[in-house]
Amino acid sequence: MPGTIEFLVWSICFVLEVAVVVCAIRGKVFRRFLPLNLYMAASAVGDLLRFRILFHYGYTSREYFYFYYYSDALLTVALYLALISLFVHVFKEMKAEKYVIFGASFLLSATALFSYLVIAESSERFVTKFVVELSQNLYFVGLVLTYVLWGAILKLRETRTQLVQLVLSLGVYFSLFAANYAIRNLYPQVSGLAIALLQFLGCFLPLAWAYAFWRIGESDRLAPSRLAVIPR
Amino acid sequence: MMAGVILVFSLVVLLQFFVSYCRSLIAASSREPLSREVQEVTGISRTAPEGDFSRVVQLLYLCPDRPEERGQLRAVGAYYKILGFVRATLARMSPALRGWTERERSQCTYYAAVVLGRRIAFSRDMLAEQMLP
Repeated sequence: MPGTIEFLVWSICFVLEVAVVVCAIRGKVFRRFLPLNLYMAASAVGDLLRFRILFHYGYTSREYFYFYYYSDALLTVALYLALISLFVHVFKEMKAEKYVIFGASFLLSATALFSYLVIAESSERFVTKFVVELSQNLYFVGLVLTYVLWGAILKLRETRTQLVQLVLSLGVYFSLFAANYAIRNLYPQVSGLAIALLQFLGCFLPLAWAYAFWRIGESDRLAPSRLAVIPR
Repeated sequence: MMAGVILVFSLVVLLQFFVSYCRSLIAASSREPLSREVQEVTGISRTAPEGDFSRVVQLLYLCPDRPEERGQLRAVGAYYKILGFVRATLARMSPALRGWTERERSQCTYYAAVVLGRRIAFSRDMLAEQMLP
């Protein structure tokens, strides 16, 4: 069973995920950022189901193990799609949505193929290893894509504050997770600590998105060139 | 090898995103004027002294907490510390970098003052609600 701190972090994360959807509805941007809100709603449902399975079968049960990794892979794909929807927002005026969707589908298939090739040799728990590998690779692909998107925002002088904050917080989230996975691969002896950290890191994205929907108005504007680390 | 490259890349990109994210939080509040009470309490009107961040945060602790802003304030606090570190090390060699870190730290302080204004307004609203019959 999880400890008090884990349970507390879990509950905070769940409340924040629900808060994102509530703030988006309140700020009348639920439909505008529909994939992001659907992802958050799915995360909240996933959290509830994980908790139910955990209490029913126990922390070390096979049921919990499989549900955790399979739901995580599905949520990672959903987050990838949410990221692509942000690309569509940025490239909408250039009428390049079709190319973005085609490129995203191609990249997702290529990542799945790469993940398959990495674990093709193993015979045990093939599907489970595949979903774990796919999740890890998608976090890194997501990070690279968010970096590209941030570059595009700076280049195209995108000024919508809400969109800028959504992209930047997603970038922080992806880089935290990608670094966490890399540390686990490099130093397997600290992977227990790294896994425990994941729960804390998982709260960052719903917190930042809830803030962006709650505090930043749809019409708020800023100059993204002022935000770049290297001044442009 | 591959994991090492991913780790280095992730950390470099994390730093860039984190700095830009903090700057977006600060930029969003930089156009918000400070209320008269906040100006009186903090002594800040338009530009904030760069070293006053901790003092304004101390004042923030005196007001009822708003959980929605806690994470953002911590992020800006961490950014302020990073800037302090840069100012004490790298910026010693470059006056331009020193000027930039001072401007950024001043904006962090202004952000904390804006949050203080929001908390004061929030407390007042709460009090008004309690006073209603």
